[in-house]
Amino acid sequence: MTTTSALCDSLVKIVGKDFVSDQKEERYFYARDGGLMPPHEPDFVVMPKTTAEVQEIVKLANKEKVPLVPKGAGLALTGLVIPQRGGIVLDMKRMDRILEVNEKARYVVVEAGVTQGVLKSYLQKHHPHLRHSIPDSPPVATIVANAVIHGQGRLSQQHGFNSDMVSGLEVVLPTGELCRIGSCSVSSYWFSKGPPLPDLSGLFLGWFGTTGIITRLGLKLYPCKKMRDVMVFLTDKAELVPDMLLKLSHTEMIEDVVVSAAPLPLRFRGTFWIMTYITGDSDEELEFKRKMVWDALWEYFESRDVGFLSVSPDMKPPLMSMPSKDTSRFADVSKGGGFQYAGPIAPIEKFPAFIRKLEEVATKYNVFYASTTRLIGAGHCMMFSFSFSFNRANADEMARAKEALDECSKFALEEGGVLWKADIYEQKLLMDKMDPNTLVLMKKIKQLLDPNGIMNPGNWEVK
Amino acid sequence: MQKYVSQIHRCFRCGYCKFPTDYSSFNCPSYRRFRFDSYSTGGRLWLIYAWLKGEIEWSEHFAEILYTCTTCKNCTEQCPMKFAPDIVDWIVGARSDMVEKGKIPPRVARFFEAVYGYGNPFKQLRSDRAAWANGTKKYAAGDEYLLYVGCLGSYDENGQKMARCLVDVLNASGVSFGILGEEEECCGNEIYMLGEMGLFQNLVEKNSQKFKELGVSKVVTLCPHGYNTMKNNYPALGGNFEVYHYTQILNDLIKKNKIKPSRAKAKVTYQDPCFLGRYNNIYDEPRQILQSIPGIELVEMERNRRDAFCCGGGSGNFVTDLLAGSADSPARIRAREAYETGADTLAVACPSCLTMLTDAVKAEDLDDKLAVKDISQILKEAFVC
Repeated sequence: MTTTSALCDSLVKIVGKDFVSDQKEERYFYARDGGLMPPHEPDFVVMPKTTAEVQEIVKLANKEKVPLVPKGAGLALTGLVIPQRGGIVLDMKRMDRILEVNEKARYVVVEAGVTQGVLKSYLQKHHPHLRHSIPDSPPVATIVANAVIHGQGRLSQQHGFNSDMVSGLEVVLPTGELCRIGSCSVSSYWFSKGPPLPDLSGLFLGWFGTTGIITRLGLKLYPCKKMRDVMVFLTDKAELVPDMLLKLSHTEMIEDVVVSAAPLPLRFRGTFWIMTYITGDSDEELEFKRKMVWDALWEYFESRDVGFLSVSPDMKPPLMSMPSKDTSRFADVSKGGGFQYAGPIAPIEKFPAFIRKLEEVATKYNVFYASTTRLIGAGHCMMFSFSFSFNRANADEMARAKEALDECSKFALEEGGVLWKADIYEQKLLMDKMDPNTLVLMKKIKQLLDPNGIMNPGNWEVK
Repeated sequence: MQKYVSQIHRCFRCGYCKFPTDYSSFNCPSYRRFRFDSYSTGGRLWLIYAWLKGEIEWSEHFAEILYTCTTCKNCTEQCPMKFAPDIVDWIVGARSDMVEKGKIPPRVARFFEAVYGYGNPFKQLRSDRAAWANGTKKYAAGDEYLLYVGCLGSYDENGQKMARCLVDVLNASGVSFGILGEEEECCGNEIYMLGEMGLFQNLVEKNSQKFKELGVSKVVTLCPHGYNTMKNNYPALGGNFEVYHYTQILNDLIKKNKIKPSRAKAKVTYQDPCFLGRYNNIYDEPRQILQSIPGIELVEMERNRRDAFCCGGGSGNFVTDLLAGSADSPARIRAREAYETGADTLAVACPSCLTMLTDAVKAEDLDDKLAVKDISQILKEAFVC
C-alpha cells in the first residue's frame, strides 16, 4: 500500500494542491454532520472539478484500496457521508455546472455539485415556466445527493420521490469506468433514466454512494405556474388526517400537502396544520382549485372537525418559501444547533399511530419535538418525520434525543414503515428484517460493482 | 463579546450563510475562494467551538481559516437563526482570544505591529500621512466638517487619488472642512475586526481626544470602514460626534444644488461596500449621486445591495491578502461580474474596494475595458466638464 504522503502527492497531481487537504481542520469538519451520529475523520478531503478527475481518484483509491465517500452538502443528518473507515471524502461541490436545459423535453442535466438553491435561481431567471421539485433541506443541498437518498420535495405529491424524477445518470463505477444510465446511454437526450431500457438507475439511487459516484444527473422539470397559494386547515383529530389527505389528493388539483405538528406555541398544541398548496396560471384557475379543495374537505367542516386558518400577510412568506428556512430554525429551538429526525416512509394510515408515538417518546425522553408529514404520490405513502431538536453543548440531551430517535425508528419499522436515509444502525435494522434473497441480491450487486469494497464502507454492508 | 463562548455551538451548519437571497451563487467570499466547508461561516463556527472544547489545537491553518473571513456580514443577512446578528461578533471574539494568546497568522501580526508602530498598516511614516493632501487646509475651529481620510486615503496610491478628488469636489461646493494631516490616527475598524481590542481602544481614545481638543462635532469619512467604527463602536468608548460617509454629504450637496454635475458619458455599475451597505444600510445615496449626473447610465450587477459580493478587502485583507492568488479571489470574481453588466465604469465608494478591484481588473486583463473609479472622481470629472 502506498504511504499516506505518496497518496497525498497523487491526489494533488490529479486536482491540484488547493483542492486536497489532510489538515486537521478539514478532517474535523468533514468527520461529522449536524445530526447525532458519532464522528469519524477522513484522511483526506478532496474537491474534484471534472468527471475525469473523479475517475482518476477512483482508480487510485481502488488500486490502493482506500475508502472513498462522495459528499454533497452533508445534510442528511444521519451520518451518511461520515467516512466510517477514514480514507477520502470527495466534496463534489466544485462540479457545479448546469449543463443543459431541454425546454421541450422538460429536463435539466447538472453536475454532481449543483445545489438546489442554484438550480432554483437559474430556472427562475432563464426558464421561468419550468421548475424542479425543491426539497425542504437548505439550498446548499445538492440535486444529486437528494436523489441518491430518495428525497422528496414540493412536487412529490404529484410525481413521487425526487429520485423518481431522475432522467439519466453519468456514473463513475468503483473500478473507474464511466457509465451512462438511461436514454443518455444510447442518445444525446436525457429524458429517461430507464424505460424502455432495463432501468439500471436502481443500482445507484438509494445506495448512498456505495456502488459508484454520480457525476452528472438528468432531472425532470415540470410546469411552473404563474401563481401559487397555500390553504391551511386545522384539526385536532389525528385519526381523520389520512382520509383528509386521500380526499385532497383525489382532487388531482394540489401541488403539495404537508401536515405539521409541534407542541409550541401552546395555543396550537395538539393541532395539526394541513398545509395545502395550489398553483395556477390565472385567478380563475386558482379560484377553481380553491373550491375543489373546499369541496373535498367540506364534510369535515360540517362536522366541525376541521377549521380554516386565515393566513395573515406576515405568516404567508415563510409558508410559501422554497426551501423553508423554518426547517433549519428547528435546530435552534433548544438554542443548541442540532436536530435530527427519523423519517420513515409509510402508509398514510399510520399517521395517527405515529403521532401518538412521537408525543409519547418526546415525553419519555424529555426532548423537544416536531413533525412534518409529506404526502408522496396520490396517497401511496407519506414521509413522517419524528423530529427532535437538541443542544450540542448538552451531552445528556443529545443522548436522550438519540434514544428517542432509535425508539421511533424501531416503532416505525414494526408498524410496516421503511426507514428513510437510514443511518448505519438503522440500515442494520432494515437488513435484519429484509427478505434474505433480497439481501443476497444486494450483496451480489455490491461485490460485482465494488470488488474492493472502497465505496462508502460501513453503509449497506450485507454480512 | 465573550458571550460567543456560550453561544457558538448554536450554529446548525445549514449553509444559508453561503448564499445571497436568491441562492444564485455562493456569496461568502472566503468559501467562494477556497471551497472547503471549513472556510464557510458554519465551518468557522464549528471549528471555533471545537477549539474551545479542546477537540482541535490551535494551528496556523486554523488561524488562517478564521482570518480569511472578511466580516462582510453576508452570513448575518442570510442566516435564518435568531442569533444571526451576533455571528460577526462571535468571529471577532474568537480572534480576540487568539490575539490574547499571541496566536495569530504572521501577516495579521505584522498588520498590528505596523499600526502600533506607525499608526497605519503600511509602515509608512507618520510625517508622510498628509503627502496626498496637496495643500488641503487643516481643520480649524469653525469648520463645519472634519474630513477623516484614513490610512488608505493617506498612503495608498488609489486612496490618495480618491481623497484628492473628494477634496476638490468639497472645495467646489463651498462647504467648510479641514483635515488632520499628519495628526490623523488609524480609525481602528480593521484592528477591531481582527480582534486587537487593546490597540483598538487606544486608537479610539486618541482619535476621540483629538476631535474633542479641536472641537470637532461633525466628521466626514472617506472610507466606509472608518465610518462604521466611528458610528457604531466609538460612542460606547466616549467618542461623541456626528459621523457621515462622504456619499451622504455629496448627495445632500447635490440635492441642495451646491453641486451641479454637468454631462458625463458612461455606463456605470456600482459596488456596495460591506461597511456602508450591510453594516449601515446606506444603499441609496451613492446611487442617487450617480443618477444625478446627466449622461450616466447606472446598471446593477446581479448581486447588489444587501446581496452584494464583497471585494475581499475587509478585516484587513486589503493588506494581509489572505484571499488572493487565484482567479477565484473575490475581487476578480467581482471584476468579471461588473464587466458582464456591459458597464465601462465600476464605481466604488470605498478606498479598499477601489484598490482591490483596480488590481483585480488588471489581473483579469480588463483594464482597457472597465475603469474602476471612486464616486467622487466620477463626480469631479462630471463637475469640471
